[in-house]
Amino acid sequence: MENLVYVALFAPLISSLFAALFGMSPRQTFVGIVSSVLLFVSMLASLILAYHVYQTGMPIHVTMMEWISMGDLFIPFGFLVDQVSVTMMSVVTLVSTVVHVYSIGYMDHDKSFNRFFSYLSAFVFSMMVLVMSDNFAGLFIGWEGVGVCSWLLIGFWYHKPDQSREENPSISPSWAANEAFIVNRIADLGMLVGIFILYWNVGSLQYDEVFAALPNLSESILTAAALALFIGAMGKSAQFPLHTWLTDAMEGPTPVSALIHAATMVTAGVFLVIRANPLFSMTPEVSFFIAALGTFVAFFAASMALVNRDLKRIIAFSTLSQLGYMFAAAGLGAYWIALFHLGAHAFFKALLFLGAGNVMHAMHDELDIFKMGGLKKQMKWTYIYMGVASLALAGIPPLAGFFSKDAIIETAFNEGRLVLWAILVVTAGMTAFYSFRQVFLTFDGDERYKEFGIHPHEMYKFVLVALSPLALLAVAAGFFQGAFHDFVTRLLPEYEMSEHTHHLALILGAIVLVFAVGGIVLAYKKYAKGLRRDEKVENGFLYKLLANQYYIPHLYEEIISKPYKMISDLMWKNVDLKIVDATVDGIAKFLYKSGDGTRKMQTGNLSSYLNWMAIGGILLLVVAMLSAMLG
Amino acid sequence: MIGLNHYLIVSALLFSIGLVGVLRRRNLLMLFFATEVMLNAVNIAFAAISHYYNDLTGQMFAFFVIAIAASEVAVGLGILIVLYKKQGSLDLDELATMKG
Repeated sequence: MENLVYVALFAPLISSLFAALFGMSPRQTFVGIVSSVLLFVSMLASLILAYHVYQTGMPIHVTMMEWISMGDLFIPFGFLVDQVSVTMMSVVTLVSTVVHVYSIGYMDHDKSFNRFFSYLSAFVFSMMVLVMSDNFAGLFIGWEGVGVCSWLLIGFWYHKPDQSREENPSISPSWAANEAFIVNRIADLGMLVGIFILYWNVGSLQYDEVFAALPNLSESILTAAALALFIGAMGKSAQFPLHTWLTDAMEGPTPVSALIHAATMVTAGVFLVIRANPLFSMTPEVSFFIAALGTFVAFFAASMALVNRDLKRIIAFSTLSQLGYMFAAAGLGAYWIALFHLGAHAFFKALLFLGAGNVMHAMHDELDIFKMGGLKKQMKWTYIYMGVASLALAGIPPLAGFFSKDAIIETAFNEGRLVLWAILVVTAGMTAFYSFRQVFLTFDGDERYKEFGIHPHEMYKFVLVALSPLALLAVAAGFFQGAFHDFVTRLLPEYEMSEHTHHLALILGAIVLVFAVGGIVLAYKKYAKGLRRDEKVENGFLYKLLANQYYIPHLYEEIISKPYKMISDLMWKNVDLKIVDATVDGIAKFLYKSGDGTRKMQTGNLSSYLNWMAIGGILLLVVAMLSAMLG
Repeated sequence: MIGLNHYLIVSALLFSIGLVGVLRRRNLLMLFFATEVMLNAVNIAFAAISHYYNDLTGQMFAFFVIAIAASEVAVGLGILIVLYKKQGSLDLDELATMKG
């Protein structure tokens, strides 16, 4: 079994290195195929491990080698395959394999085809390190690794020029990549502080040792550590107020959005909270903050998705919103439900994104859903896939999203957090509305793309076949709720609904369902017949507020970017030029002037040289005498 | 009675004369003479101190200095003759060709 751990971990690395060998050469299909096969091997290994852990209930713990061992500090490269990490491994490798195969089709015409696979596999390797590590240091390495790969992949089309924000909410890929990276740096500082706090107080970074030592720590230390770690999670999972990078990250290629910015990397924050659940269950205030923030983000992101016109950004907002749901569940102590939603969400959200990629491919990179419509004729399979994924996202039974999301909403009720419950229910309705607004505007109604001279066509066959596992899981993952619960609660704390909630479960489910179906029906009524734009609504304050993302990007621009640039300018002109540069220049000028001055000694006259020599000799003599007398 | 100090004073005086010659003279030949004077001033000091300490090392060293000075003069004078043939002068002010 140990070897399988290494196979699962290193197959993506080998894939990345292999693809990197051909990084500079023109497109070669076999690079994509080899990468996909290696990822498939990694997936098989993960699934076998999952089965093994499921059967025996025993986690597998391997230590590959010592990494840092000096004084009291001991950090090995150790990997832990237990119920939580094996779930993450299975989800990550499964989605990655599909995305790799998909990319062979999607990146078909890209000249950096090979480079793309190298980055994508490197990302999967980092993600595996993140989820499999048995200590916080390894987790952090993976955490930074996925950050770097995310940067590389968002900025994959780095040559695209900047576009202005006003006419089209779109900016350049390199700008978006930098934004994502910088915002994550801010959060990573919090994460590092959290890790340091734990190390100072426990003296180890191994999960088991840290968690065993937690009861001996004072409450304030626990709270500080939990908060700091959660700040790290907020950045990676794009929670308010660090959420702006996720929608801008949609500048990257669509497979990247599907893999990194929907299914895996952004869930790393949720994974961290689940992984460190002993810490978070001991800090109820922080946990409640997590739940409240998650609920807020769920609603906040969903509201922005209601009016957005960009196909990918709508899905990005819905990712944000669903991450909010996961945090709400984790914050309320229902860690296994959070993990369940994480898995289910990964499947249907990746499917949704890849479907959107098909649409983009067909529409020649047009993303405005107001310019689409009626695509179901040309793209029947994509329509079905996106429809299924949207149904799952909206939480319609018996699809995956229904089971996981319903469980979260029920948890909020069970905990007596009725405000959170109400918000989450309303958000469920909004989710259904915006998902189907997008589906109907894209696939139904009048064929608006014709005015723009676009001739859509369906994606390659093999790509559509490759998407089927995701579709199957989006449909069927919910049925495994019971088995999944038994599986992960061996490690995670048990969470049971109270008797009271249990009685009301049907009614609660029905309320959520009414909202979800209501959202879909509303979307159908408004958009299925075609696009009718209402000037009055679109010019209204609320619509503008939502369309401009609450003006938060503008706010950040005004209060952070612009002052920062102003200060930089000031520092450059006043401090750098006038102090730093002036000092350096002064030293150079002094040397130059003194050289110029002493040059006059070089008369070429032997006699004057001898005089100088005598003066030097006398000086030395004087120094020798003085030192003899004084010392 | 003539003691060590007398020898040393003579030596210092001779050395100073030589030094002034080196510094003030413009003729290369005179510079040579001045150098010889300085060397011999040092020789006097060597011999005197050697005698004072009853140690022959200093006197031996004086012999070495004399031998080396003789060979130096031989080589130096040869160079001077060639220089004079080439430049027609031994005046240092006129020989200043390597002005920086």
